[in-house]
Amino acid sequence: MLKSYLVGVLLASVLTAIPFGFVATRTLPPGQTLIVIGVAAVAQVVVHLRYFLRLDLKSRSQDKFIALCFAATVLFILVGGTLWIMFDRLPYRVVGDATTIS
Amino acid sequence: MLGKLTIDALPFYSGIAMAGALTVACGAAGVIALITWLGQWRSLWSEWLTSLDHKKIGIMYVILALIMLVRGVVDALMIRTQQAFAFEPHGYLPPDHFDQIFTSHATIMMFFVAMPFVLGLFSMVIPQQIGARQVAFPFMNSAGLWLTVSGAALVMISLVVGRFSAAYWTAYPPQSGMQFSPDVGVDYWIWAVLLSSVGSILAGISCFVTIVKRRAPGMRLMMMPLFTWTALCASILIIFAYPSLIVAAALLGLDRHLGTQFFAGSDGVMNYISLFWIWGHPHVYILILPACGIYSEVVATFSRRRLFGYASLVYSMIAITALSLVVWLHHFYTIGSGADVNAFFGRAAPLIAVPTMVTIVCWSLTIYRGQVQFSVPMLFTLGFIVTFLVGGITGFLFAVIPPSIHDTTFRAAHFHNLLIPGALFGYFAGYQYWFPKAFGFRLEEKWGRRAFWCWIVGFCLAFMPLYILGFMGMPQRLNRSNVADWQPYLIIAQAGVLFIVCGVAFLAVQIAVSIRDRKALAASSNDPWNGRTLEWATASPPAVYNFAAVPRVQSVDPWWALKQAGTADHRPTRFHDILMPGKSGAAIMLGAMSFVFAFAMIWQIWWLAAAGGLGMFAAVVSQTFHDHAGHRIPASEVEAIESRRVLAPVLGREAPT
Repeated sequence: MLKSYLVGVLLASVLTAIPFGFVATRTLPPGQTLIVIGVAAVAQVVVHLRYFLRLDLKSRSQDKFIALCFAATVLFILVGGTLWIMFDRLPYRVVGDATTIS
Repeated sequence: MLGKLTIDALPFYSGIAMAGALTVACGAAGVIALITWLGQWRSLWSEWLTSLDHKKIGIMYVILALIMLVRGVVDALMIRTQQAFAFEPHGYLPPDHFDQIFTSHATIMMFFVAMPFVLGLFSMVIPQQIGARQVAFPFMNSAGLWLTVSGAALVMISLVVGRFSAAYWTAYPPQSGMQFSPDVGVDYWIWAVLLSSVGSILAGISCFVTIVKRRAPGMRLMMMPLFTWTALCASILIIFAYPSLIVAAALLGLDRHLGTQFFAGSDGVMNYISLFWIWGHPHVYILILPACGIYSEVVATFSRRRLFGYASLVYSMIAITALSLVVWLHHFYTIGSGADVNAFFGRAAPLIAVPTMVTIVCWSLTIYRGQVQFSVPMLFTLGFIVTFLVGGITGFLFAVIPPSIHDTTFRAAHFHNLLIPGALFGYFAGYQYWFPKAFGFRLEEKWGRRAFWCWIVGFCLAFMPLYILGFMGMPQRLNRSNVADWQPYLIIAQAGVLFIVCGVAFLAVQIAVSIRDRKALAASSNDPWNGRTLEWATASPPAVYNFAAVPRVQSVDPWWALKQAGTADHRPTRFHDILMPGKSGAAIMLGAMSFVFAFAMIWQIWWLAAAGGLGMFAAVVSQTFHDHAGHRIPASEVEAIESRRVLAPVLGREAPT
């Protein structure tokens, strides 16, 4: 029990340190750094669900499955919508440095 | 030693600010003195402040909302007075002070009036409506309350120590950044929002799990009362929307103090605004859906009819919940997006009118041919239906992209039209409707009617002129103007606010008169309105365990069905021991320590922040060692309590259809 939480803390810390490291050291160009951050974030979500909320694919609870699907849908709408809004810009909006990413 | 806190933080610079500070300080001192004089500290602590009883937590939430409502209305009065008289030269408020009042009015109304009112009614009513004895997470519920209280306390103390944000309640950067708001105002806003948001999430989770897990045997989802349905939808929205606000506010704080660049440049600003409204739009429905639930209960009860189109209403609420997650961009059309984005969000927004219209038709058809009883909750409901239509239709215009009316007073009029009749009237209806449930006596009708008429007349006078002013091009948030044509409308709006002030005063008088006449107003039975749902099956006020025997549910309106069957007054034949949660001082300690922590962070008093942070940690840890603490009420005591209870249910009679 305790071991699983400790593993979770360790994995979560590593997955936080990786994107921080890339941003701080600027080893990759901005576009690839964004991808690394995104992948680490999704992995982090999975780690939290697995080690802290103790959800796994083995449990046959229908409630859990529905709740996960619902959460995934909402996150898709909110995160996807945000990305769409942020990268779909009008020409007259002042273009900052971040546009070089796209 | 005291960080940025010096004697200059006290408001000696302005007579008006000083008067505000003195009012808050004297009010707090007066309450403390009164409790001491009455010798009630011990019982207050053990009966109320440390209570994990969902009903008491609900009552305290509503008391917080009513107190903060007074502050919010005073702010509104000051804003409108300034605008009515600030036609060349400049009124009585300096611009910066005006902006602070503007910000605190909106922040208070959103976070410390509307939210506590909603969560209080949830906590008070939902477990009883679904036949439960307790919420799923009593400590979480209590922690939610005390974190919200400490957020409210931060806003109040900003009147006395330092100043509040002048960057409006949305705190858009760069206005809210260090460059334009170098003082502590925005920090007060950030911490008040963070504390109350965490509190709201805790309360939302508790409410959601209670509804999913604690329903009485037999109560399927499609048998839940409408108010419970809307609570379920609203708590889902709370859980998914609030994290976005917490992230936005926290990153804004990092930008201000650690020099991060999350919201720098035009992209950063767009990102903040998007994050803010990902929370902000669902938040509108977090406030309005529960009011719709209350209206549904009130309409059915006071028309003596089963709700028309129960299933349609439920599906409408679900549709509104889903749609509310995909329209947030319509709050910032004027910032500019591409055609595809505008097209999608511009089409999604007016779709909400469809389920909303279904609900209004269902309520109207419930009233149609019902034996309508024009009691105060029903008056608020009818006032809502009429004025809300105006708000809905004006909302349509915002789906049109050209920004001619966006960011004018038309917008201010529109959202007040949704949030005063759409939300606040609903809470007032619920407050009047469930007051006898909480305290055992009804609120006096005459003063209730007077309050209602003041509110509705005041609302129309205060906001209809703002629609016209919006068409005339008056920008919102203006602290002075040099356009003579606007002034007559602003004076009418000012008169409207005076009516609303009377409405608040009459609500206060109503409480005083009702307490004085409580013997005469005492409910003749536990079911003064001839209700339909399970909360009226408990005693008024309910025993701590709500139900001596958990009821079995077979249909919608189970209490009505029992009354029709003539079995409503049957006592259980056998009593059992009931296990209830005990008390916990950890929640109020968590609230108090979070206040200390936030205050110290705002003023950068690091040793105090460390102490507050440790205190919060200690409060939570101490609670984890008490998770099995509860107390058992023996069957004999339950029997004794139940035998004292007067059972005289009114026999329900349905109106002809």
